[in-house]
Amino acid sequence: MSAHETFGTYSGPVHTVTDGPSISPLKAGKTVSTATVGPWKLIAGKLVRQKVAMFAGMVILILYLIGLFAEFLAPSLPSTSRPQYTYAPPQGLSFFVTKPDGSSEFNFHVKGYKVEIEKVALRRTFVVDDTKVVPIGLFVKGPRYELWGLIPMDRHLIGPINPNDPMYLLGADRLGRDVFSRLVYGTRISMSIGLVGVVMSLVLGVVLGSISGFYGGWIDTVIQRVIEVVSAMPTIPLWLGLAAAIPLTWSPVNVYFVITIIVSLLGWTSLAREVRGRFLALRSEDFVTAAVLDGSSEKRLIFRHILPSLTSHILAVVTLAVPTMIVAETSLSFLGIGLKPPVVSWGVLLQDAQNIRTVATAPWLLIWPSLAVIVAVLSFNFFGDGLRDAADPYDN
Amino acid sequence: MTDPAEDVVLSVENLSIDFRLRTHILHAVENVSFDLKRGQTLCLVGESGSGKSVTARSLLQIVDRPGSIVGGRILLRNGGAVTDIARLDPDGQAMRAIRGRRIGLIFQEPMSSLSPVHTIGSQIIEAVRLHSDLDKRAARAKTVELLRQVEIPNPDQMADRYTFEFSGGMRQRAMIAMALAGNPDILIADEPTTALDVTTQAEILDLIKRLQVERGMAMLLITHDMGIVAEVADDVAVMRFGRIVERGPVDAIYHDAQHPYTRQLLASTVKLTRHVEGRLPAVAVASQPLRPILSVRNLGKTFGWHGKTNSLRAVDDANFDLYPGENLGIVGESGSGKTTLGRLILRTVEPTTGSVIYHNKDSSEVEVTSLTKKELRGFHREVRLVFQDPFASLNPRMTVKEVIGDPLVVNGLAKGKVLEERVAELMRLVGLDPMGMERYPHAFSGGQRQRIGIARALALDPRIIIADEATSALDVSIRSQILDLLLDIRQRLNLSFIFISHDISVVRYFCDRVAVMHRGKIVELGEAEQICTAPQEAYTKSLISAVPNPDPRDKRMLHRHRFVAPVL
Repeated sequence: MSAHETFGTYSGPVHTVTDGPSISPLKAGKTVSTATVGPWKLIAGKLVRQKVAMFAGMVILILYLIGLFAEFLAPSLPSTSRPQYTYAPPQGLSFFVTKPDGSSEFNFHVKGYKVEIEKVALRRTFVVDDTKVVPIGLFVKGPRYELWGLIPMDRHLIGPINPNDPMYLLGADRLGRDVFSRLVYGTRISMSIGLVGVVMSLVLGVVLGSISGFYGGWIDTVIQRVIEVVSAMPTIPLWLGLAAAIPLTWSPVNVYFVITIIVSLLGWTSLAREVRGRFLALRSEDFVTAAVLDGSSEKRLIFRHILPSLTSHILAVVTLAVPTMIVAETSLSFLGIGLKPPVVSWGVLLQDAQNIRTVATAPWLLIWPSLAVIVAVLSFNFFGDGLRDAADPYDN
Repeated sequence: MTDPAEDVVLSVENLSIDFRLRTHILHAVENVSFDLKRGQTLCLVGESGSGKSVTARSLLQIVDRPGSIVGGRILLRNGGAVTDIARLDPDGQAMRAIRGRRIGLIFQEPMSSLSPVHTIGSQIIEAVRLHSDLDKRAARAKTVELLRQVEIPNPDQMADRYTFEFSGGMRQRAMIAMALAGNPDILIADEPTTALDVTTQAEILDLIKRLQVERGMAMLLITHDMGIVAEVADDVAVMRFGRIVERGPVDAIYHDAQHPYTRQLLASTVKLTRHVEGRLPAVAVASQPLRPILSVRNLGKTFGWHGKTNSLRAVDDANFDLYPGENLGIVGESGSGKTTLGRLILRTVEPTTGSVIYHNKDSSEVEVTSLTKKELRGFHREVRLVFQDPFASLNPRMTVKEVIGDPLVVNGLAKGKVLEERVAELMRLVGLDPMGMERYPHAFSGGQRQRIGIARALALDPRIIIADEATSALDVSIRSQILDLLLDIRQRLNLSFIFISHDISVVRYFCDRVAVMHRGKIVELGEAEQICTAPQEAYTKSLISAVPNPDPRDKRMLHRHRFVAPVL
């Protein structure tokens, strides 16, 4: 190219970094230059400084790890029922036993149960018997399972040393099943249904939102009207209708997928709006105009210039959308039209707490699954908020 | 004559303000001292980041977090009593009694300083009643009187109008009326005219000066413009990086500056009051009539529907030629259609009427207005745009190498090692160190970013560069550097420039010919020197004469030419 010769070398002054007002470090030590630090590192740096968001992020991570290793973490299988322990109350973990001579000795255990007859109702109830000691241990042999359906194992993180002894850390349900184990298994389903649902909403939302924001005009009008119609629909009756259409003969896995599709069909609209708004704003930015004048194709404009500026925002919106999905699944299952036993999810667990009698005699059936939902939803919200604040590292 | 010490109403002694940031403490203001005297104007002048606004805000204890006053005193005198503002609680009763009543403040941005949901009148009435025990009727009467003082026509009716019904200059007048509501004896004006057009600026400065003299107020005027300083100041304090580097009477500062920074600041301002030396416009040198490189004929753009009353003719019947190697300036105030004209030529905004004829290197003619999307790409390679905002025009998520190299990559002209060498070459050409190639734009200053933008424009070996307010966002010393850089590049690469600006001094320095735009029309087109020294049209005359002259011995604005545009 001819210009290479005409350019030559520039002999004028080279503009170096200007100095400014004097500064002094807060603490002695080196200051990190952000000159060559990329946007993702800046976002991460901003996020790390938000304590609440980081804590929430840790909780989310722990919840997913629990879901991932549910078989190993649960002391028993979710379906193992022992009718002799119906509505057994939670036992506390103890570390020392007092021997008859008064001295105490280390012995990791839970207390056993004894049966009492309630005098008024003439009902059998279990109470914790402080004199019975059920020794428990870590990494004990318990019921056989297949980790992720692949690896046959029989070790559990925690459990009674004698597999036939009762251990109900969070109590038992109507059929004498371990609520703790069921909650652990439920984490897997409930936390993943949020993710799967959100991924589907994400695809729909980003694609339609991008098209709407980038092309504008009548395409935009049509998509926006569709969004309005979809978001105007009353969700619960619609879910009810769609869920009722699922044939009863379908396997639980199929039902699970259909439920995620139903939930995400309504969840994409807010995401699409967010993406469209960002597209509209970015499309009129100078650097996008510059890219147009550089001769960039539409594809390059979208994928090289606009979407990278959006990804962190999308990530934040997605994080905030997950709890909606979790709550939606819980409500559907609670109403009995979502997931059904034998599948275990937090919503299915809450089904057991539907009548007031159960809640009165066995409040742990209501408390623990609700608590799990609350913790998960709050964590996602706090983390998403933090992510949203950190999403744009360039505004000050 | 009274004792000069008695005239001092406010003295700032060794004021220091720190900003505790995450990684370090920024000493925004260090050991600043000055006095404000009754009936006198002190101009605090400095470039962006010099700490001048923070200093002004500290006088009212409204420094934004995380800034705080860490040392020094701000002594407010009231007869014999002296109050140290720096010791007062920012939210306390004592401080609130000072705000508005003793010290009035005018902000830079009249758009955002007035509430959009209340009438102008009700906002001023509120200010009046805060500082006096007048009833509603009396407060309104006072408000109308204040609006009359700031020369708002029909003040009685205008008081019931909303902010959006006021023009920028009118809003600033209303702001001034509000600042005067508490009868303050000190007025702080923080860049009061920076957001305004040059003719409006002249009127507002006139007004502020007149009110100050009439009321005998002490005024602290914050500005970056040495021209304004020369027009209104009695005393000047030059700030740089949080320190006052020089202080003195205005005449001494302008004609006997001691500090090198003051001299540099003045030199860059004065330099822009003349046409660049040692160079003749390309048209004049040519022995035979040159063929233009770009011809604009009857170009027009109407927003809204044709023929309807609410349609706006942003550009109306524009005609001009651009010759090879020429710098053509397009100058006008906000809303004159100059930016739209630039966009019409590039067709990022589609013209309604007229034609743009581009003469190719092989001397074939191209009708730009009828090019297809694909052909337009070829045109965009030869006619490039440099943007105003050096921050918004660079993708923050791309390194400098990617930004400058993007046009080359897109057009498939270079990649890998060749691309890197070419980017390095372009960076050297615009005076940047190629070592900074891997950095992101946020690591560069405004001037450096603008250089990056210029390098990107040059990457495709263009023939014409349209610079849309390319130096408006820059400090004056950086501005002249960038202009010199553009002139240097023009010489080396034989470019033509269309230079769009509201700043007459910049156009005068940089351009060979100038087109003056007013309400979408080109009202005058001629040699830059002729337009700037002997304008023909009434509008041009008023525009040129409103430009502040950076010489206190020749205050041009006071006897300026006034132009009243006919009502449309």
